[in-house]
Amino acid sequence: MDTHKEFARQVRRDILRMVHAVQSGHPGGSLGCTEYFTALYRVVLKRNSTFTMDGKGEDLFFLSNGHISPVWYSVLARTGHFPVSELATFRKLNTRLQGHPTTHEGLPGVRVASGSLGQGLSVAIGAALAKKLNQDESLVYCLHGDGELQEGQIWEAAMYAAGNKVDNIIATVDVNGKQIDGSTDEVLPMGNLSEKFSAFGWDVLVLEQGNNLEEVVRSLELAKTRTGKGKPVVILMKTEMGAGVDFMMGTHKWHGVAPNDEQLANALAQLPETSFGDY
Amino acid sequence: MSTYPKLGEKDTRSGFGDGLTELGRTNPNVVALCADLAGSLKMDQFIKENPERYFQVGIAEANMMGLAAGLTIGGKIPFTGTFANFSTGRVYDQIRQSIAYSGKNVKICASHAGLTLGEDGATHQILEDIGLMKMLPGMTVICPADYNQTKQATLAIADYEGPVYLRFGRPKWPIFIPENMLFEIGKAQVLKEGKDISVFATGHMVWLALQAAESLANQGVSVEVINIHTIKPLDREAVVKSVTKTGKAITCEEHNVLGGLGESIAAVLSENIPTPLKMIGVNDTFGESGTPDQLLEKYGLSVENIQTAILNMLK
Repeated sequence: MDTHKEFARQVRRDILRMVHAVQSGHPGGSLGCTEYFTALYRVVLKRNSTFTMDGKGEDLFFLSNGHISPVWYSVLARTGHFPVSELATFRKLNTRLQGHPTTHEGLPGVRVASGSLGQGLSVAIGAALAKKLNQDESLVYCLHGDGELQEGQIWEAAMYAAGNKVDNIIATVDVNGKQIDGSTDEVLPMGNLSEKFSAFGWDVLVLEQGNNLEEVVRSLELAKTRTGKGKPVVILMKTEMGAGVDFMMGTHKWHGVAPNDEQLANALAQLPETSFGDY
Repeated sequence: MSTYPKLGEKDTRSGFGDGLTELGRTNPNVVALCADLAGSLKMDQFIKENPERYFQVGIAEANMMGLAAGLTIGGKIPFTGTFANFSTGRVYDQIRQSIAYSGKNVKICASHAGLTLGEDGATHQILEDIGLMKMLPGMTVICPADYNQTKQATLAIADYEGPVYLRFGRPKWPIFIPENMLFEIGKAQVLKEGKDISVFATGHMVWLALQAAESLANQGVSVEVINIHTIKPLDREAVVKSVTKTGKAITCEEHNVLGGLGESIAAVLSENIPTPLKMIGVNDTFGESGTPDQLLEKYGLSVENIQTAILNMLK
């Protein structure tokens, strides 16, 4: 677990350096979901050694809130999907690491484009249906922002999955309570998400400490035991936007803003270098 | 005697339904999704024979497009079915991001397209769908001419890798394309050779163009009728070849002239062989309730309108 935590620290360094280098991108949600991605790719996902689009016989992951691409790119690179050095191309012309993830440039690890919000749950459910048709017992994971739940398509998909007993999917919602224009309660109060998903027929798990790596792993492992029981599973994962960098926490302002040189130095000082090494 | 006599009458959507049924029997990867219009899309037989490969999604078209994109991951070939309006305008961003940009092998099958939807009126008569779909990079856009060709196209797109928009309609319509006529995606069909003017038509309008051409033949006017069943990729060679001979062109489509087949032909002509062109279609307006024939006449898409346009261009 210590190595995983060190890995997470390296991922945070990557996120900050990538976003700083191009003075654009979304550090807040990326930092908040670092433990989730670390747990998912280092512990939970059953993956084949080579990436294929069809992903037969392996667990699949879909990122629906595509703007937190920095954390995903860092973790994909550092789990062998493509060279770590490629992180330096993030958001630059001719890169495979587009601002929002895409299959268009053939980046290993990505199975659908995301960025326009609310679409990933439907795609993940479709992939879960294909797994059932293929008698493939591996699972489908997907991640969503809480602000993203304001999109109507999410609830079309939620209704479909429960109504059709799509029970080989584990959706996670990054509940950080923040979106671009402010807190989710200021922008559009969504009420009780746990009750909402329950009412839609989902098996709901609440993860109070989404920035505690052990807790994230435990929650994902628990969620796995709840699959195959006739209901889709959702984890409401409470995180801190900007987690790991003191001045980025407690505010929505770092949702999509890059640190300047001084802020980067300040942030990196809080996240000492690791044995994994910077890209 | 016409080269393409009327062989019978059937709705093009039944061509889709019968094609899908055949695919259900021959291609185990084909799956079908529908947003509460399975009867209208003639999907009943496929559903009966392949219940495990059918996904009724309810009135939730955005989710349907996403599910279809996801089903391709794992090797399925999803055919989505709903009306043309709900297949395109309603779900444009889902198609754009999850299907087209993501390069997913989804077949978007759209019925009740155009004015000939009839009495339901403008909310359902989409006249902009060809434009919406042809603008998407990588999207193939097919609008077959009759029942037989819609069935052929349905079979053909299953073997083609990539996103496809297949547009067809509601009313009974003459069948005139022989069952054994070769259908190739992207290959225009010269249905009637002529030397005075080229008429490029798509969908239901192909039959009307043929009627206009055959009637004018009695007056000594030689009209070439070309069936553009694939609007994208457009058979540019066939277009240029025909007008090189005739020097004049007319396009016919059950669609807004803005964004439709006519604009695609105009672009090919102006870049390659500038040619006088008349576009027959709906002129930047919405449709309304009425019978298909009444609507075609009111909006200037009847056989008589095509004849008049041809004669005017030959003056």
